[in-house]
Amino acid sequence: MSKTYFDPNDLKKFKDITDFQKEYGEKFFDYYGSVFQEGALTAREKALIALAVAHTVQCPYCIDAYTNGCLSKGADEEQMMEAVHVAAAIKSGATLVNSVQMMNQVKQKMM
Amino acid sequence: MSVKQRSKTLSRSNNELADTLIQLNILNDKERLDESFVPFRKKIAEDGLANGIDPVYPDIFQLNIGKLCNQTCAHCHVDAGPDKKVENMDKATLEKCLSIIKKYQIPIVDITGGAPEMNPHFRWFVEECTAAGAKVMDRCNLTIIEAHKKYSDLPQFFADNKVEVVSSLPYFTASRTDGQRGDGVFEASIAALKKLNEVGYGVEGSGLTLNLVFNPSGAFLPGDQMELETEFKNQLKRRYGIVFNNLFAITNLPISRFLDYLLESGNYTQYMTDLIDAYNPTTLDGLMCRNTISVSWDGHVYDCDFNQMLDLKVASPSNHLDNFDMDQFVNRKVVLNQHCYGCTAGAGSSCGGEVA
Repeated sequence: MSKTYFDPNDLKKFKDITDFQKEYGEKFFDYYGSVFQEGALTAREKALIALAVAHTVQCPYCIDAYTNGCLSKGADEEQMMEAVHVAAAIKSGATLVNSVQMMNQVKQKMM
Repeated sequence: MSVKQRSKTLSRSNNELADTLIQLNILNDKERLDESFVPFRKKIAEDGLANGIDPVYPDIFQLNIGKLCNQTCAHCHVDAGPDKKVENMDKATLEKCLSIIKKYQIPIVDITGGAPEMNPHFRWFVEECTAAGAKVMDRCNLTIIEAHKKYSDLPQFFADNKVEVVSSLPYFTASRTDGQRGDGVFEASIAALKKLNEVGYGVEGSGLTLNLVFNPSGAFLPGDQMELETEFKNQLKRRYGIVFNNLFAITNLPISRFLDYLLESGNYTQYMTDLIDAYNPTTLDGLMCRNTISVSWDGHVYDCDFNQMLDLKVASPSNHLDNFDMDQFVNRKVVLNQHCYGCTAGAGSSCGGEVA
């Protein structure tokens, strides 16, 4: 067994999740493959969204995969960092907007 | 406009990779890849090519007219540079090329280098090929047009001879372009592209073709060619008013200076594994080694420019212009090695971009 929680080589084993549950695994990969095809959004735009989401879900496998994907699809460093900032802004905004609830409670309970 | 190189040629820096046998030893070192290593021959045998790859009658005569170049790009598979004063084709060898092009009526002449235009016989050769009815492609690094006033009329010369210009531009921003090709390359390339546009290159209806080459500026594979082309067209038009015809996405093969970069940056194992994992058997039919004659500055004959740079001559008695016989040449097997994974990864790669 590995003595670390994350091994970059494990990303290659992702497809093996079908070993334990074939039907759901295959459906997931079909869906996943379709989602990342070019559609109303380009594959590059989708890769940038995926990169941003990868940061918010803090998935090191996804960060590696979509950094590579963004580079291959012609995104530049500035675009990639801006995408992460968008994710960070939403995440911090989501934290801060909840403070309205805190403020409501404070106002309710304070004399 | 000056270009400041970030890299040196392998030979000038006394790098052991200047010895092609050392490159081949590294490519065939199983321990560097562990379980990912699969011999290329074995891989294609699984797809019905146990006897190797058969060529077809060639329609492209590609000559490496010389390794002299005004740039020393970090990824150069030719190890070209300003110090390469010897390895350049002389007029007698060019005459032999011309004789074969005429004799076998090869329709496309693809001139590469180095910077081909620095060869003193370049213009004569282009004119002779054009007069013989061949379509000439020049792999122009763009900055040569800006390098010296004696090259500033190249756009008009190309136009006069209906030369198809194929130019590397790894990205539409300076940082990524200069990182691969040298400081100042992007600015000079944009200036040169504008001059090519001015004489009609890339302009719809002009009949003058300007194609760009996208080589990834790092240890990653190129994405979808069509999508990259759309992005490059939008960005170059919007930012600089530049137009072009097609974009060729070309994978960097793990040889020469790009191999040196991969080893020095610690990316070799992952990059080779990526190439092997992305192996796509549908690329095999369209590989450029099947329909190309590749000739080196000294007249030797190869299956492709990459084999040429690894000094892997054709497996045929017709391995030099002096004893070239088309029947012998066509009835050969392509010489294969581990770098061939570079041409079969993803949508494949050739001097004309994707192949599948």
